[in-house]
Amino acid sequence: MSNAVQPDLTFPKNWHRRHLLDLESLSAEEISTILDVAQQLKEMTQGCRNKISLLAGKTCANLFFENSTRTRNSFSLAAKRLGADTVEFSSAGSSVAKGETFIDTAKTIEAMGVEWVVTRHGTPGTPHLLSRELDCCVLNAGDGPHGHPTQGLLDILTIRQHRGDIKGLTVALVGDIAHSRTARSNIWGLSKLGAHVIICGPPTLVSPRWTELGFEVAHHLDDILPRCDVLNLLRIQFERQRARLFPSVHEYAALYAMNGARMRKSKDDILIMAPGPINRGVEITPEVADGPHSVILEQVNNGIAVRMAALWLLSGANERAKANAKSSPAD
Amino acid sequence: MNETANRDLLIENGRLVDPSQNLDRSARLLVIDGCVAAIDPADADIPTDCDRLDASGKIVAPGLVDLGAELREPGNEEDETIESGSHAALAGGYTSVLCCSSTRPCIDSPGGVEFVRQKATKARGARIHVIGCLSKGREGDQMAELGLLADAGAVAFSDAPKSMPNDALLKRALEYCRMFDLPIIDRPEVPELAENGMMHDGRISLVLGLKGLPTEAEDLAVARDVRLAEATSGRLHVGPVSTMGAVDMIRRVKSRGIDVTASVCPHNLCLSDVELRSFDSKYKVHPPLRSGKHVETLQKAVADGTIDAIQSGHMPRSREKKMDDLDLSPFGGAALETTLATTITYMINEQLLDWSAAVDRLSTAPAKIAGIAGGSLRPGSAADIVIIDPNQNWTVNGTQFRSHCISSPLDGHSLRGRATHTIVGGEIRYRLRPELQHIA
Repeated sequence: MSNAVQPDLTFPKNWHRRHLLDLESLSAEEISTILDVAQQLKEMTQGCRNKISLLAGKTCANLFFENSTRTRNSFSLAAKRLGADTVEFSSAGSSVAKGETFIDTAKTIEAMGVEWVVTRHGTPGTPHLLSRELDCCVLNAGDGPHGHPTQGLLDILTIRQHRGDIKGLTVALVGDIAHSRTARSNIWGLSKLGAHVIICGPPTLVSPRWTELGFEVAHHLDDILPRCDVLNLLRIQFERQRARLFPSVHEYAALYAMNGARMRKSKDDILIMAPGPINRGVEITPEVADGPHSVILEQVNNGIAVRMAALWLLSGANERAKANAKSSPAD
Repeated sequence: MNETANRDLLIENGRLVDPSQNLDRSARLLVIDGCVAAIDPADADIPTDCDRLDASGKIVAPGLVDLGAELREPGNEEDETIESGSHAALAGGYTSVLCCSSTRPCIDSPGGVEFVRQKATKARGARIHVIGCLSKGREGDQMAELGLLADAGAVAFSDAPKSMPNDALLKRALEYCRMFDLPIIDRPEVPELAENGMMHDGRISLVLGLKGLPTEAEDLAVARDVRLAEATSGRLHVGPVSTMGAVDMIRRVKSRGIDVTASVCPHNLCLSDVELRSFDSKYKVHPPLRSGKHVETLQKAVADGTIDAIQSGHMPRSREKKMDDLDLSPFGGAALETTLATTITYMINEQLLDWSAAVDRLSTAPAKIAGIAGGSLRPGSAADIVIIDPNQNWTVNGTQFRSHCISSPLDGHSLRGRATHTIVGGEIRYRLRPELQHIA
């Protein structure tokens, strides 16, 4: 705690949400607010390295029903950087394995006096159900293929740091869109902030219905590459290939891997992003992953910043809601 | 308890709607010895000591007949029992229900049929008819002992709500069943295309990241079903259906004179997949809630008779099962107590069906498809009657169901119209509690 700095941050007037469930339901203004706060917190903590005691005394519960090391650690670090305590629950070995429903598990953990429940679950909508059942703040750390709002936010924050404004940029999301929560969060976040979003991948992983929702769909990466300001390369999960959604990983790499040859067809200032963990040689070759256009490790650092911002904003809204409830008991 | 049993009854001042006799007018109905004795009897023919039921402002119709409800007993009594299900049926205006074979053990033996019959007799709810399994163990491999099941009293055969995945078995069964003149019911769905789907495959499922149940999974199965019905001249009922493609195919084969019948569930006539945006498991139903254009097509198909019957699709599941997340929560919900009101609210009041056609889809047609008594108030037939207050507004509240299941996609909806009396064999087995009669 020797390097803890004193907080100096004004709570934004336009923020009222106690839960962060998805980006589809947020306004552009709300998304910008989180990004602004994240940027401030990143600077106040010298790049998410130092602690500030904004949330001292509060506890953040990580309730993960699916495996995760990166997101879970990122949330833990974000909480700790703000002075909060963390408590870890995972489904293996807990009462979930003994047949308890996830709602009962979450209620049990809430009863231990936590401020936030950060949850990851394989089924879309589970954070939404929890938000209706719990009085504490709920953060979605991934609900099946539906949403992963902090991932979307950290991707957008990274782009913003390099380009200043999202509006007018062409951003391609490449890969397994069908099963990607990262894609579903980026799609809404980016489009709300005015980016042109291209969704690119084989038709078995990219539904043509996205065009009905106003997005550009492409199946050939080489065709769209010269137009792209940003490429976000989604991880291919090998079990999809086993489900016969594409013939082979080898063929996927030939059609969609970002490699040196494709870099030469791209804009000079293209940003290469990947939510990770990356499969080197599948969606991205090592020379690109480690090259000058890659911002993959910056994304990881920004992850802590947006999670700090989310924890602080939700908790602040929660406190205000409680204070309002006290001042008007008849309500 | 049974003071009303077998008492003679005069139902007066009501509007009698009976499509089997092409009747829709104000009329008195006399019930003697559990049977309809006369419509508009002469005063001299009315026994002086008979009970009188004033049906002013109400519809008097043949009791509703359901082509397939799961009653879950034996094996899943936490979801429903024959007693609770048959009383839920009464509260919904049903006097006859065909119960599905999907129990544990499944109803693929004469003993299974007998078990249901005995339990139903004891329950004194709606009449329960048994759908026997189509395949042994519902495994889709070998025909169940259809003849022995028929002898025991099964009125139809089906593995529903599971589809019959085996084309050859379905074809043979359609041929074989011709000697019993009993229908085979198929819930059309190609399992490989529907695998792990949770909701209608469309724009909403795309956005929510929920695995979709594509319409082609149903369309392909309907295509197979109707083709096999044509090839075998077997008696086939397809349902419940939920897609435009299914409606289109059924319409075409009917226009060619092929004798296939079809049914739809009420939730597919009023709700769309947009409801799943709430991620609430009460909307995880079977068949899935489709997009608006399917809903409209199904409504029209019921109106023009392409779809013959409305079936409840009652698939009760216990509260704890439906409490789980959308993935683990089973398909299903209670429907026996809302089907009539759903039909009135979304079909009659929207002027898509008149009363006579509605009673046909809910009672006369399903009785005919199943080949059972009911669906008619012709003198001489059993007095299976529903009295309906068409103007009563009420709000669906699952916790007030007689069914063990409290989950319903219509929970919280305001509906119009409700059964106030359900009469089975001349006995008033259900009366809407007076305190519920005037809830706005």
